[in-house]
Amino acid sequence: MIPAEFDYAAPRTLAEATRLLAGTEGAKVLGGGMSLIPALKHRLAAAPLLVDLGRVEGLDKISVIGGRIRIGGRATHAALMSHPDLARVHVFAETGEVLADPQVRNRGTFGGSLVHADPAADWPAVFIALAGEATLVSATGTRTVGADAFFQSLMTSAVQEGEILSEVNFALPGAKTGTAYTKLRQPASGFAIVGVAACIRAERTGVIDEVRIGVTGVNGVPFRARSLEDRLRGRAVSGPALRAFASEIAEAAPLDDMHASAEYRRHLLGVYAVRSIERAIARAQQG
Amino acid sequence: MRVKIRVNVNGEAVDADVVPRTLLVHWLREEQGLTGTHIGCETSLCGACTVHLDGKAVKSCTLFAVQADGCDVRTIEGMGEANALHPVQMGFWEEHGLQCGYCTPGMIMATSALLAENANPSEAQIRHALEGNICRCTGYQQIVNAVQHAARSMREGK
Amino acid sequence: MAVKPVMVGQRIKRREDPRLIRGLATYTDDLKLHGMLHASFVRSDYAAGRILKIDATRAKALSGVVAVFTFDDLRGQVGPTPCWVVLPGMKHAPHPLLADGEVRYAGQPVAVVVARDKYVARDAALAVEVEIDSREAIVDPEAALQPGAPLVYEQFGTNLAAKISNPHADTERLFAEAAGTLSLRLVNQRVAPVPMEGRAVVAHWDEGPQKLTVWTSTQTPHACKQNVAVCLGISELKVRVIAPEVGGGFGQKVPSYGEECLLPWISRKLRKPVKWAETRTENLAASAHGRGHITQVEAAYDKDGKVLALRGHTIAEFGAFASMLGALIPTFTHLLAAGPYTIQAVSWETQAVYTHTMATDAYRGAGRPEAAYNVERVMDAVAAKLGLDRVEVRRRNLIQPGSFPYHAPTGAIYDSGNYQACLEKALARFDYAAAIAARDRARADGKLAGIGVATFTEICGLGPSTGTAAPARAGFWESAELRVKPTGAVTVMTGASPHGQGQETAFAQMVGDAFGIDIDSVNVVHGDTDIVTHGVGTFGSRGLVVGGTAVHMAAQKILAKAKRIAAHLLDTTEERVSVEQGVFGVAGSARRLSFADVASAAHTWGIAIPGEEPGLEAVARFEPTGTTFPFGVHFCTVSIDKETGQLTIERFLSVDDVGNIINPMLADGQRLGGIIQGLGQALCEEVRYDESGQLMTATFMDYAMPRAAMFPRIELDTTCTPSPLNPLGAKGIGELGTIGSTPCLVSAVLDALAPLGITHVDMPLKPEKLWRLIREAQQKSGGAR
Repeated sequence: MIPAEFDYAAPRTLAEATRLLAGTEGAKVLGGGMSLIPALKHRLAAAPLLVDLGRVEGLDKISVIGGRIRIGGRATHAALMSHPDLARVHVFAETGEVLADPQVRNRGTFGGSLVHADPAADWPAVFIALAGEATLVSATGTRTVGADAFFQSLMTSAVQEGEILSEVNFALPGAKTGTAYTKLRQPASGFAIVGVAACIRAERTGVIDEVRIGVTGVNGVPFRARSLEDRLRGRAVSGPALRAFASEIAEAAPLDDMHASAEYRRHLLGVYAVRSIERAIARAQQG
Repeated sequence: MRVKIRVNVNGEAVDADVVPRTLLVHWLREEQGLTGTHIGCETSLCGACTVHLDGKAVKSCTLFAVQADGCDVRTIEGMGEANALHPVQMGFWEEHGLQCGYCTPGMIMATSALLAENANPSEAQIRHALEGNICRCTGYQQIVNAVQHAARSMREGK
Repeated sequence: MAVKPVMVGQRIKRREDPRLIRGLATYTDDLKLHGMLHASFVRSDYAAGRILKIDATRAKALSGVVAVFTFDDLRGQVGPTPCWVVLPGMKHAPHPLLADGEVRYAGQPVAVVVARDKYVARDAALAVEVEIDSREAIVDPEAALQPGAPLVYEQFGTNLAAKISNPHADTERLFAEAAGTLSLRLVNQRVAPVPMEGRAVVAHWDEGPQKLTVWTSTQTPHACKQNVAVCLGISELKVRVIAPEVGGGFGQKVPSYGEECLLPWISRKLRKPVKWAETRTENLAASAHGRGHITQVEAAYDKDGKVLALRGHTIAEFGAFASMLGALIPTFTHLLAAGPYTIQAVSWETQAVYTHTMATDAYRGAGRPEAAYNVERVMDAVAAKLGLDRVEVRRRNLIQPGSFPYHAPTGAIYDSGNYQACLEKALARFDYAAAIAARDRARADGKLAGIGVATFTEICGLGPSTGTAAPARAGFWESAELRVKPTGAVTVMTGASPHGQGQETAFAQMVGDAFGIDIDSVNVVHGDTDIVTHGVGTFGSRGLVVGGTAVHMAAQKILAKAKRIAAHLLDTTEERVSVEQGVFGVAGSARRLSFADVASAAHTWGIAIPGEEPGLEAVARFEPTGTTFPFGVHFCTVSIDKETGQLTIERFLSVDDVGNIINPMLADGQRLGGIIQGLGQALCEEVRYDESGQLMTATFMDYAMPRAAMFPRIELDTTCTPSPLNPLGAKGIGELGTIGSTPCLVSAVLDALAPLGITHVDMPLKPEKLWRLIREAQQKSGGAR
């Protein structure tokens, strides 16, 4: 399997990268390449020019400044899993552990996973649950897009041609806040048949003060389970009541494919939502 | 278009002129004659092509040679000599961690990366760390034994 | 003179490994010849249709493209694809190397591009424009037999390729007399063998000596040589086939394929070496698949749970054409239908069916896993019907140790066995009573927990050339040639060309022991038809049983001559010479000769022994008189997540009897690998086509391979009942794991689901399938969670 020919540039700065992108129609950004390169090899994608972000200074930086986590567009899955400032945000290591495999985690990037918007990728659920905000840079300017508006349709994110996702930032989850991610792996590809990320602030009594739930694998687009969040907020819900709420997520419009029927995905969504919520609450109560 | 690259391959600087679409695995196998790195799939799922890029295990079928410009690449051929095998190679030999041998270079490279991060992995950790490597012959058990063997001898400084 | 320690039976490290662990072994795709061209195939996107147009204009215009060939270029010159097994009455159409007007499966080669580098070859292959008038395809083998189904071959008027009837005179009577009968519909789904190295070929026609050399990743280089010669219409003497390092086969590399015959033709035509290495997608789409049986099996049993008779009907998928040995495979399913049990009569009918899919052929076990699966499911079902313990039912049905050689009602003759000893050992090791108690405790806690059991035998050591293997019209003997050097070092040439099994080590252990020489003084050579001039190959668990026996026989011939030479050197008669592990002595004398002494004398001019030719070498071929029947008992425990249907294998024990073992480390490896492959079929593996014949499992993104984290540590134990059919007492081991593990896991899952009233599930045991069964059962029983 061999890609079609393309030209290649490896700029040192973001400005140069956006200029190169603007200069060639159809040019694509090469980040970790874990989705793009297989697509090029299978000739499902082609580009006259690949702009490799691999040499852009500082784009792989992860930092916590002023209560916000800033993740550079090229930070790898592995870097997120092992970063000391992220250690108490369980969802990073937890998602990383069940995402692909070590080799892929060494190359693949958080930003790339969002931009590619694969409906079964893991990070989009986390991005949504943590209310992330993406910074998109182009030759004409910079804009930010919040998680709720980021995923638009099947395999399509808010990132436009010519734009580069330079950074993602989140509020660092505070006290009494727990995060979790659980998924059922598709046994062949390792992608999520269903993946649910939860970020919950809860009292010791179990009352949920704040909750955000991100879902991947189920619909053609990763989504936020607002209907469930609304039923949980301000209450202490567990056991059968939680299961009942989780089984009725209004936003679910499940995919149906050879790996899982729509019906099964809908059912799993409830199961994994409960698992992530319970885990996040338990962590919130410890924190 | 051709691009000039300099890659340190198994400790030796190599200057080359490549077309950008050249996959790293093809460049290693066909231009450098390092055929120990194998190709087992096209989807980055089998791990037969695993090499180390700046010390980290990566799949060389999902990388362009141009991306390795300025980097250190270590392949199976750079792991050990006939009379000075790497402890991971030794582990695979001692524990019959291979049969047809096709997945083996990738397994060895993935294993040595694991042991660099975790000197004493549990069986569950080993199995999890080999998620990206498929073996069709061994059923994995003797590979797990091989990794444990290597971990032991590396801890004991052999 | 010290006698060397015996190597046979020892865990000796493999001699193959140093080159493999250093990445220095040479697989076919590693070869680079001067001026070598690269081939890339254009394959059909459709499962069924007529080719309207193939336009290579754009492809030929690309810089670096040397040639594009279609069937029109091959007509009358080369082909068809080798097919060795044509059953009586079988409807068989020659399968062209490139599609001849019609396409019959998605992935069928339609054209081939040859270029200076493989990147250009790929570009050019994609630039060939193929227009196909697609037709309705038939994929489901049951539907294919219905009137009005789309036909794979119009000229036959049916998709039924062959019907094999194996009636037994007593079946109907036993069914009439039975206390009970049951019927099961069992699907043994189509799977892909998936050797990690796909198929690869380098062909080099050398115009000077007019000689063709073909390097190919094959299990059967000699068959390939013959096939290439026939296909090209040239003398076999002009063809040399080399199987270099072969990265796994599992049966898929037994047949010779169209590409293996086409590349030599291209090389001869262009007078350049040419290479092709398949992609994983090509491997999944256009290298033979395995299994693909749908069986309706009926069993008659008495009130004690003894199974009296079986009546079976199997629909076996051929795919779009008969692969080289494809038609042979289902015949094994009938032959082994009675398993290790005293079933008195078996009547079986098999319908082999053409569909618009890739052909099926041998896959590890090849017909026997299907048989074992059928009869094990029957045993479990009988136990369920009568409320008996599943192990107890097996105890009542197992053939008794004194009954061997045992004549099964299928015509198979089981060489030796002691199934009871193996079962008792497994029961003790597994602690069956404790496992039941643990399962029942888990059930009391509301969990789904199950125990699986399989007691099985199988057919190994293929041939003999008559009987079992007869439909292949091939000699299923194996060859060995041993040449002793003047220093006593020995070259062993074996026709059993391996692909990971470890013959270089195991055969050296045997020869080293026979001659009392160091393992490093033995060199095992294989896989080159100019050096090892005759051979058959490694498949059907025959490497040691047949190939190893040939080595043993050749060693015995050498020892016989060596004794005569020793007698001459020791001034005594041949009868008085004793030999133990290569040390030659004579009673009443302290004089001893080593094997090296004798070898030296054999080669030394001047001390030639009267009546003997100089040198020390021997050729042997072993043609087995019967097949061997290894056996085993597998136990496992599982749990199932009620909420998701996720299955976890908690424990797996395999107690096997493969007769005598040369190298226990290699034997363990064969068993472990087989077990996981068998579990892979039970758990997750499945080749799937959609209704239009598109392959949905064309990459590892969709074809689920077993991975390390899916399994617990497998526990192994053995009993030993040597085979009387070969001097090694070996029974064969390569396929054993796949035969017992598959039904064992299904048995455990059905046991876990039994409290819900669930009695049937088909493989693969994917979570959704189990979840649906659980949910339906819960709904029936009032929806209690």
